[in-house]
Order: sequence, then C-alpha cells, then structure tokens
Amino acid sequence: MTLADLVPLLPLLIVSSTAVLLMLQIGIRRSHKVTVVIALSGLLLATVVAVLMMPTMNQQLTPLLIIDQYSLFFTAVCCAAAMVIVILSYPYLSRLDDDKDEYYLLLVIATVGAIVMVSSNHFVSTILGLETLSMSLYGMVAYPLHSKESAKYPLEAAVKYLVLSAVSSSFMLFGMALIYAQTGTLAFSSLDSDAAVSLSDSYAIVGVLLLISGMAFKLSLAPFHMWTPDVYEGSPLPATAYLATIGKTAMFVVLLRFVIVTEALRYEAVMIVFSLIAVLSILAGNVLALLQNSLKRILAYSSIAHMGYLIIAVIASYFATSTISIEAVTFYLLAYMIMSLGAFGVASVVSSSEKEFDLVSDYQGLFWRDPWLALIFTGMLLSLAGIPLTIGFIGKFYLFFAGVESALWVLLLVLVVGSGIGLFYYLRIVYHLLLPAPTRPQFSSAANENLGAYGVLTILFLLLLLLGVYPARLMTLIETVAAFI
Amino acid sequence: MILVALIGILFLGGVLAWLSERLDSKLPRVIALAALVLDLLLMLTLLGGDSADGSWIVALNVQWLPRFGISFHLAADGLSVLLLLLTAFLGIIAVGSAWIEITERSGFFYFNLLWTLAGVLGVFTALDLFLFFFFWEVMLIPMYFIIAIWGHENKNYAAMKFFLFTQVTGMLMLVAILTLAYFHYIQFGFFSFDYFDLLRVTTSSAVEMWIMLGFFVAFTTKLPIVPFHSWLPDAHSQAPTAGSVILAGVLLKTGAYGLIRFAVPLFPVASLNFAPIAMALAALSILYCAKVAFAQTDLKRLIAYTSVSHMGFVLLGVYAWNEIALQGAVMTMLAHGLSAAALFMLAGSLQHRIHTRDMRDMGGFWAKVPRMSAVALFFSIAALGMPGLGNFIGEFLALLGAFQSNLPMTVLATFGLIFASVYSLWVIQKIFHGEYSNSKFNDSHLSDLSRRELAYFGAMILGLVWMGMYPQSFLDLTATALQGLLAGTQELVSTVVQN
Repeated sequence: MTLADLVPLLPLLIVSSTAVLLMLQIGIRRSHKVTVVIALSGLLLATVVAVLMMPTMNQQLTPLLIIDQYSLFFTAVCCAAAMVIVILSYPYLSRLDDDKDEYYLLLVIATVGAIVMVSSNHFVSTILGLETLSMSLYGMVAYPLHSKESAKYPLEAAVKYLVLSAVSSSFMLFGMALIYAQTGTLAFSSLDSDAAVSLSDSYAIVGVLLLISGMAFKLSLAPFHMWTPDVYEGSPLPATAYLATIGKTAMFVVLLRFVIVTEALRYEAVMIVFSLIAVLSILAGNVLALLQNSLKRILAYSSIAHMGYLIIAVIASYFATSTISIEAVTFYLLAYMIMSLGAFGVASVVSSSEKEFDLVSDYQGLFWRDPWLALIFTGMLLSLAGIPLTIGFIGKFYLFFAGVESALWVLLLVLVVGSGIGLFYYLRIVYHLLLPAPTRPQFSSAANENLGAYGVLTILFLLLLLLGVYPARLMTLIETVAAFI
Repeated sequence: MILVALIGILFLGGVLAWLSERLDSKLPRVIALAALVLDLLLMLTLLGGDSADGSWIVALNVQWLPRFGISFHLAADGLSVLLLLLTAFLGIIAVGSAWIEITERSGFFYFNLLWTLAGVLGVFTALDLFLFFFFWEVMLIPMYFIIAIWGHENKNYAAMKFFLFTQVTGMLMLVAILTLAYFHYIQFGFFSFDYFDLLRVTTSSAVEMWIMLGFFVAFTTKLPIVPFHSWLPDAHSQAPTAGSVILAGVLLKTGAYGLIRFAVPLFPVASLNFAPIAMALAALSILYCAKVAFAQTDLKRLIAYTSVSHMGFVLLGVYAWNEIALQGAVMTMLAHGLSAAALFMLAGSLQHRIHTRDMRDMGGFWAKVPRMSAVALFFSIAALGMPGLGNFIGEFLALLGAFQSNLPMTVLATFGLIFASVYSLWVIQKIFHGEYSNSKFNDSHLSDLSRRELAYFGAMILGLVWMGMYPQSFLDLTATALQGLLAGTQELVSTVVQN
C-alpha cells in the first residue's frame, strides 16, 4: 500500500484523527469550547476534502470500501450534518453539571462509522461501520445521565436501544453467515444474478430477509419500529437528531447499495416483504403520530413514515429503466436530513440538558413570541408535510415520479393517503405555534445566547427554501452522483 | 415579463406588509392595497395588447428544472386576463373588507392575503403543469393561516378540513400529472411538463380516463361539486370576511379554470365519455345544495351552499363544451365572483355589527339599516339570476349551451333557478322584513353601511350591471381563447363520434 492509496481515504482519516486529537485534548486540559472548535474544524475539513475529491474519485479501495462519487457525496453530507449537530449541542450541553467533552468524542467516532457505512459494499465494512456508529450512539443517548431533571429517561432509552440494536445486529450477522456459507465471499456483488457461485433460492431468500429485517430495525421501519418513539423521547435532543438523521441516512445508503448491487428484489418474496414494510411503515407511522403530544414522539413516528416513503423509491428502482428512483432516494435523504435537523434543532435551541421542552403545547404562540424561530419551525414542518416552496415538496415530487415510472399504483395510493394523514399532525403543531401566546410562556426567546445555533438554523431554513424553489443544480449533481451506484 | 411582475409584486408586497407592521400597525393594509392597485393597473395594460402568436397575449418560457423538462412557462390569453382582473379586483375589495375588521397581527394577515392571491395569479397563467401544481399548492397554506388565525369559533376544524380536502385531492392530481408526463416520455423520448407538449400525448382510453379523473377530482373539490363539497360550508362560515371573499370569489374559480384549461383539452375523448356523469353531478349539485341551503340557519353557511349550487352551472357549461356554454361558464364565474363575494361581505358586516350569524335571531332590519338592506336585496336578486345582471347572462348561456348536448340534465338544472329565487327571497324576508327584535343580540353597534363600504359595494354593483347590460365586452375578450380550446379538441372528438 503506497501513500497514494491513502488519498481516497482522506475524509475518513481526517475524522478519525479528529477523534484521536479530541482524546488527547481531553487528556491534557478539559475545555468545552476547545473541544467544540476541534470537532468542528475536523468535520469541516473532512467535508471540504470530500467535496473537492468528488468530481474525480472512483476507486474500490481494498474489497471493503468503495470511494466513488456517491459515497463521497454522502460523506460530505454526513460530516456537514455532524457539524450542525455539534453547533446545536454546544448550548444544549453548556449547563450540564458534568464533563461535556466526551460527548463530542462519541459524536466524531459515530461519524467515522457513518462514513464507513456510506462507503461500504461489503458485509464486513457494513458491520464495522454500523457497530462503530451504534456503540457511540448508545453513549450519546445516555449522556446526560447525571443531570438533575434532564431528558426524562436517558438510561432507559440507551439500554433499550442497546439491547434491541444488538438483537438486530445479530439478525444481520446470521443473514450474512447464511450467504457466506453458500458463496464463500462477503462482497455485495456475490449475490447478484451473474455471480460465480449462485445461491440456491431458499438460502438467498432467508439470508436476505434476515439482513433486511436487521436493516429495517435500524431504519425503524414497521414492524421493527417499536423502539423508535421511546428512544427518541428518552435521548437528549442533539443525540436524537443524530440518530434520526445521520444514523438513518448511513443505514439507508447501505440498504440502497445492497439492493441495487445484489438485485435482491428479483426474488418475489423479498419484493413482497419490501412492499409490506413500506405500506405498514407509512400507515403505522402516520396513524400513530396522530395520537402523540410529545414533539419527539411525533417526529419519531413521522420518521417511520418517511422511511416508508423512501422504500417505495427503492422498490421502484428495480422496475425502472432510468436512474430517477436512485436520485429520488438520494434527494429525499438529503431533504429529510435538512428538515429533521431543522425541526430537532428548533426544539434543541429552546431546551437544555437540564430541561427539555418537548410537548406540543410548550410551543403555543411561538409565532408571536419568537417569530423567526417559529417561522423556521413552520418551514421545517411544512417541508416534512411536502408543501411547495420547500425542499420536502421537491423530494416528494421525486418519490411520486419514481413510483409513477415503475407503475406502483397501490404504493402510490398509500403514499397519498399517508401524506394526507401526515398533514394532520404537522398542521396541529403549526396551529399551536399560531395560537395566542400563554400569559406565562414556558421558555423565553434565547436568540442572544445561542447565536451559533440560531445561525445554523437560519442557514438550514434558507437551504430549505432555496432548494425548494431552485433545485436545478442540486438535481444535476445528484444525477451525476447517482450514476455511480 | 409582465406576468412575473404581477406575481412578484404580490409576493414582495406580502413580505413588505409583514415587515412594515413593526413600524405602524396601519401600514400593512396600505401596502397591500397599493400592491393590488398596481397589479390591477398593470393588468389593464394587457387588455389593449395584441395577440402576436395565436391567442396568447403575453408569454414567458424559461428553463427551470431541466432534469424533468420543467420550465417556468407563464402565458395569458383572454380567458386568463379576465380572471386575473377578477382576482385583482376582488383582492382590492377583500382588503377593503378587512380594513377595520382585522386589527390583530395585521401584517401577517395581509402577507397571507397577498400570497394567496399571488398563488391564484400563478394558477391562472401557468402553462407548465408542474408550475401549475406548484402555484395550486402555494395558495393553500396562506389560506389555511387566514382561516386558522382570524377565523371564528370553530376555526381549527374548518381550516384543517379545507386543507385536507384540497391537499389530498391535489396529490391525486400530482400523480395524474406525473403519469401524463411519463406517457409523454415513453412516446417522445424526453421529459416535459409543458402544456403544449402534453397536449400531443395520446394514451389508451382506459388510461386517459384514469388520468382525467385525477384532474377532475382535484378541480371539482376546489369548485366544489357534490360529493366533494363538504369542506366549503365549514371553511366559509369560519373564515374572516376577507377570507370568504377570496375563497368564494377567486379560489373556487381556479377549479373551473383548471377544468376549462386542462382537464378537457388534455383529455378530450375521456371528457366526452365522462360528460354525462359530470353533467349529472352538476345537476345534482345545483339541486341538492339549493335544497340544503334552504335548511340553513347560519347565514354564511347558507351563502356557501348557494355558492356550490351556482358552481354547478359552471360544471354544466364546461362539460357541454361548446362555445356558448363555455362563455356562459366564464360569465357565471365572473358574476358569481362578484355576487357571492358581496353576499359574504354583507354577512360579514352583519356579524361584525351584531356578533351573530344565526338568522333565527334576525328580522326587520330594513328599518334599522335601510342602505345595507337595499344592497343585500340587489345582490340576492343578482344571485337568483334576474335578467339584466351578470349572473343571468352566465347561467342562461350555460343552460343554452348545455341544452344542445344533454337535454335531461339541462332541464333538471334549470329547476335550480327556481330554487335560487326561493332561498334568496326567503333570506331577504327573514332578515330584513318582519318584526325587529334585539332580544338575542346586542344591537348597539348596528349602524348602516359606511362610505367605505358603500364605495366597494357600489363598485361591485356597477360590475354586475355592466356584465348584465353589455356582456359582449366580456364575451369578445374570451372568444378567441375559448375558440382555440374548442378547435383543439374538436378534431379528436369528432373522429371519435364518427367511429
């Protein structure tokens, strides 16, 4: 291995060395500010490098990692999202009566895992990346353990996540083992239709289904979604945001690559399972979200539904002749990232590790108390609902287009019904924002203290609008990138 | 460019109005009025314009999202221009009606008002189906806010219902648009959402029918037509007056416009086959809602049901699809826009004065408020279709045209005119005649129409008389556009009829 071979790994190496640097810094002298600055600059550097490398790079590096435009695109997106979460975490954790530095260490390590996942086309790197990501997330979820009244149940959430996540990982491992027992290799390509050793159908189906159930758990797709609301509710808000955005996105990229490379959907059983998962997720997510009063639980159920929407595009990719369904997944993942970060970000800005404002009624009259924050929140919610002028609308347009192209009429109908139900709970939150403000508001506007977080939210909001009105350049980029998968 | 300016002025004016609230709470309404007057003046310059290429007076076509062949394509012909004028005119009236009614958060109110109208202008001029859908949805959210924030006692329910109905059916239309665009891709090898490209798509008749239904459901929900009408009475009764004016006067017309511009020309054969059902729904809508209107005690709900009933004539005229019927449909849209808006404003000003809409509590107002009563009588008579006023011309032409294509449904629909006289006069009798009693409400603020109110009611009366006395000036304006639409479909339809 020469030095030149390391170049494609640069983003990964930068983020890893940021983690090492953070560890050293914590050993020398603890300082919340310095930790944040180091984490931010490392992630920023990785983002920039990934963006610069994107136009030219396309290389299988060892059997484990593929560094192509698609993986670099998501590397950049994940690093940028991690930066946003770091900036949101700083005010959130600043009042925590405990050491704060390790949280950022965990966050950076989790990002390493995410980068490995988006670059993996091999079962080994999938598991390595996934476990790195999950292990760090357990720590992040449980982080404000000693805070006084804090996020309600961080420990409960972490243990729940740990146990269920471990079970699902073992499902995945078993699936991989079954496939390996037949083919003798662990690369995704060992399963495709013209592989050297072809799998017997029963082995392949059981193996793939086990793998998919493990992935569906991580993506909180129904019927593997039970953990989602509890873990979301119990985690500190920035960790929830991480779990909901980067955690999901990295897993989805793996799923997409797996499905495309292995052509797993050519098995009828797999196709049926995928369709069922999509329908169940959309309906369960949207219907159960109606019953919630907690913002985090609403967003948890809505994320179940959104992942279901995405599965439709994955299914569409099998029938389609063009790459539009892959572009749809890519665009929607990016859109989902922006709007979820925004929605969790708003809640995180007004909350802290000592007191979270999680009930919908806490936000009553926000429009008249803090118009800018309320406007951002409204924008994010309307985008989640898929209303024009926002990126969510273009994302939904992509999904519809993918569905129409592959003539998935039943799934499209479910998508229409699901989005219709979705309007209820998104608009309910918006409606609460518009009600007259209570005489004694729960929290006061904190714009002056949290300039950084407000700035980041503003940037997300502007991106949301800009990409909702003029997404042409992003579309072109995604079109080029999607050709690589 | 002028079309972009028209829409841009309203978007920008909305933002300015919102920001200006910080300086002075009276500033937003002035800005809103100025933006709308400016728009109206700009639109008037379109009237003299000569149609250079065919029937389009102005057009603009810029690439927007090349990946999907989506362009920013705006254009206006006589039909569009007429509806643009209606929008700006009623926008000004709506600002007038909100002038003193809206005191809380006026900046945000006028922001929403102008953005709704901007969306409507976009709908009336968009010739790219993606762009059309985009504007179609843009007008919803501000309208939701108008109902949800400034509405009456049951506003959340009404706003949600309005939004759900229109949004869900809108998504069905999106699927239909995408399917159509996809068939275009299969047939011609490139993506396009352009109106003229999609006109050339031919599909099997079953597929065409399904796609057409996607459009039909979205448009008839907005129009609305039985059985998709149930959001309208709630939305109207809960909306503030200005919201009702926009809703009845302009928003409903986007549905009719969609039918005329898109649903029929894009799918001529399916529309021809579907016409008997559509016309039956129209007749049902006219009779059923007239009957239901008669049973209402809430003044605004009553007017809302009469709205649905009158919109039935529009649907009848559109699906008769001949020039006379279409002219009638367009005239009905314009005349109903004015008369329904005026009636809602009268109901609103009554509610503003005595804080109730319950007609059982009212009676004998003629002696108390003679000018208001006279104005109400005028608009009721206009709504029931008195010859000499705009509504009569519209409904008469629609029926005359429909007579040639579907006799039984036309005969049935004609009974709607009789019912209309019954409920209109009944309302007048109930509220303005009889014994006056103030036992159920506080009448300390029951004053007659102010000068401001007289001014805008006067303008609307003038409009209706003009439409009734000299309809040719309107018919001439739309004739070229409608003949163009008819000619496009005629060929296809006639071949099918021969087979």
